[in-house]
Amino acid sequence: MTDALVTTAAFDALLGALADDGRRVIGPRVRDGAVVLDDLDGVADLPVGWADEQSPGRYRLRRRDDDAHFGFTTPSTSWKPFLHPAREVVFRARLDGAGFEVTPPDAPEPLAFIGVRACDLAGIAVQDRVLGGGRFVDAGYAARRSDVFVVAADCGESGPTCFCGSMGTGPTATTGFDLAVGERLGDEPRFFVRIGSARGAALLERVEHTPATEADRADARAAAARAVAGQSRSVAAGEVAGLLARNLEHPRWDEVAERCLACTNCTLVCPTCFCTSVEDSVDLAGTEAVRSRRWDSCFTLDFTALGGAPVRGSVRSRYRQWLTHKLSTWQDQFGELGCVGCGRCLTWCPVGIDLTEEVAAIGATDGAENPGGTPS
Amino acid sequence: MSAAVRPRLAVWKFSSCDGCQLTLLDREDELLAVAEAVEVAYFLEATSGVVEGPYDVSLVEGSISTPHDVERIQEVRAASKVLVSIGACATAGGIQALRNFADLDELASIVYAHPSFLSALDTSTPIADHVPVDLELRGCPIDGRQLLELIGAVLAGRKPVLPAHSVCVECKSAGNVCVLVAHGEPCLGPVTQAGCGALCPRYHRGCYGCFGPMESAAPESLAPALASVGLDEADQGRLLRTFNGWAPPFRAASTVRLPDPRRRTT
Repeated sequence: MTDALVTTAAFDALLGALADDGRRVIGPRVRDGAVVLDDLDGVADLPVGWADEQSPGRYRLRRRDDDAHFGFTTPSTSWKPFLHPAREVVFRARLDGAGFEVTPPDAPEPLAFIGVRACDLAGIAVQDRVLGGGRFVDAGYAARRSDVFVVAADCGESGPTCFCGSMGTGPTATTGFDLAVGERLGDEPRFFVRIGSARGAALLERVEHTPATEADRADARAAAARAVAGQSRSVAAGEVAGLLARNLEHPRWDEVAERCLACTNCTLVCPTCFCTSVEDSVDLAGTEAVRSRRWDSCFTLDFTALGGAPVRGSVRSRYRQWLTHKLSTWQDQFGELGCVGCGRCLTWCPVGIDLTEEVAAIGATDGAENPGGTPS
Repeated sequence: MSAAVRPRLAVWKFSSCDGCQLTLLDREDELLAVAEAVEVAYFLEATSGVVEGPYDVSLVEGSISTPHDVERIQEVRAASKVLVSIGACATAGGIQALRNFADLDELASIVYAHPSFLSALDTSTPIADHVPVDLELRGCPIDGRQLLELIGAVLAGRKPVLPAHSVCVECKSAGNVCVLVAHGEPCLGPVTQAGCGALCPRYHRGCYGCFGPMESAAPESLAPALASVGLDEADQGRLLRTFNGWAPPFRAASTVRLPDPRRRTT
C-alpha cells in the first residue's frame, strides 16, 4: 500500500497517536489574524474554513465557503523556529571554587510537524544540508531534527506570492515526509494520504483507513496542476545564479536600497536563512554565565562589524549580499539555491520588496552598470 | 566581592519624569543583587543618603533643558568614570524636545500663569550634545533587562549586549504576527531600535518608536507602507515626532511632513 483515504475523525486519531507517542504535535492554526505554527490538540485546532490573502507587504485572513482544514497557502512562519530556534542556550556555566562547571543544554523534545507544505519541506532539506550536513554538523539542530515525524500537506491552490513551481520545490511533496495528506472536500470529506516512510505506514495502520483509488490519485494530480497553474510569479532557477553573479554593479541595487528598510524581516521569515550571533550573559554576582545563540541577519550592521566598523555599511551592499547569497553564491557554497519559492520574504516585507521582481529587473537590463561605478 | 571594593553607582536626574530611574527600583527581584554588586552612592529617588563622588558609574536620566542643566551635567561628567545616558530624554531630548520645533515663549504663555519665573533653554537636547557619553540605553522608559545587562557588563568589564537593529528582529524572534503587514496597523518597528522585547506589537499595537531610530533607520522608506495603511503625511510626522522627534532620522522625516509652527508665528 502506498496511499489510503482517512476521514477527518481518523486524521484526528492520527494526531492523537503521535501525541500518545510522546511527541509535541505542531501545526497550523489561527492566531492574531494569521495562520501560525503552534501546538495542536487535534484537527479542530487547524484553520478550519480559513484562507489567506497574501501579496507583497500585505497579509489578511478571510473566511472560505467550505470547511477546508488546509485551505490556506503558506503559514506566516516556516518551521525554522522549531528546528533552528530564534534563541538557544549553547551552554551554562557556574563558578565552582577555582574552576567552573559547564552544563550542556537540555535534550530536545520529540516533535511531529503537521501540514508541512512542499516548499517548507524543501526549506527544511536546505537547512539539513547547511546545519546538519558537511564537515561541521550543528549538534543542536541535528538533535532536534533527527526524529521529527513529518506529515506534509499538498497544496490545492497557490497564493499570489507563491513561486514554488519555478523553483522546482512544489506544490506536491515528493520526499522528506512520513505521511503526506491532500484534502478532498465535498459531501464526504476525506484526506488522501500518501505514505513516505515505514514509520508513516505503521502510524497509518493505527487509525481507520480505506484504500485509495486511481480516481483519488487523479484528483490529487489535478489539484497539484491547478496549484501550479495559479502561480503568476517565477524565478528562472537555472539562470539566476549566473545572472546575479555578473551584475554586481547593476543600478537596480541602488534603486532597491532606496526602498529597503534593512529591518531583517525577509531573512527571519526565510525558511533557509540560518545566520546567528552568539551572546554571553553573566549574572550580577558574576557566578552564573549563559552563552546563547540567536538569529541574526545579514541586514544588521553588527553582523559584519570587524575592527569596530561594518564591512557592509550601505543598505545596497546588505540587500545585494542577501539576494546574491540566496540565489547565486549559495549554489557555489552548497550546490543548490537557497530559495524554495515560499514567498514569505515578499509578504512579510513591510514595504513589499518582491525578490522575483528584483531579479526580473536585473535580467531585463543584464549587464547594465552605473556610469562611473558605485561604491559597494 | 567584598563591600570595600564595590563600584560606586550614581543616578542623576535632569529634565525628565523619573520613569527611567524607577525602572531600576522596579527590578524588585534583582534589586538586592544590584545593591550587593554596587554601592548605591547617589540616588535621590531611592535614598536621601549621599556619598561624595567620584563615581564609577553614573546613570543619567533626562535632557538638558535649562541653563542650570548645562552647568550641572559638566559636574556630573567630571565626577563620573563611566557615564551612561538612560532613556529617550537623555539620549534624544525626549518628549519635551517638541519645543525645539516650536516657539518657547508662545508655549510658555499657554502653559504657565507667570512664565517670567521660567528659566529654560529654547531647546531640549540629549546629554551627548553637551558631554562625552560612554554608553546609552534607549526607551521611554528604558527596559529593565537592558539596564541589568548594562550594569552587569560594566561590572564585568565587557561590552553590553545592546543591539542597534530593528524591533522587527524581536517580533520575529518572539513569533509575533506582524501588526503592519497582517493588521494594517501603523508601526515604526522597522525603523526603531530593539530592546523593549517588542512590547507593543506583542499586544497588537503598532510600535511608536520610543526606543528611537535603529542603526541606518530609513523612515522615508517606511513612509509608503504607513501611507498604505491610512496614515497621511501629517500623521506620519506626528508618529515620528512623539518620543524621539529630535533624533536626527526622525527629525528629518517629521520636519518635511509637519509645518513648522515657528514659521506661522506672527
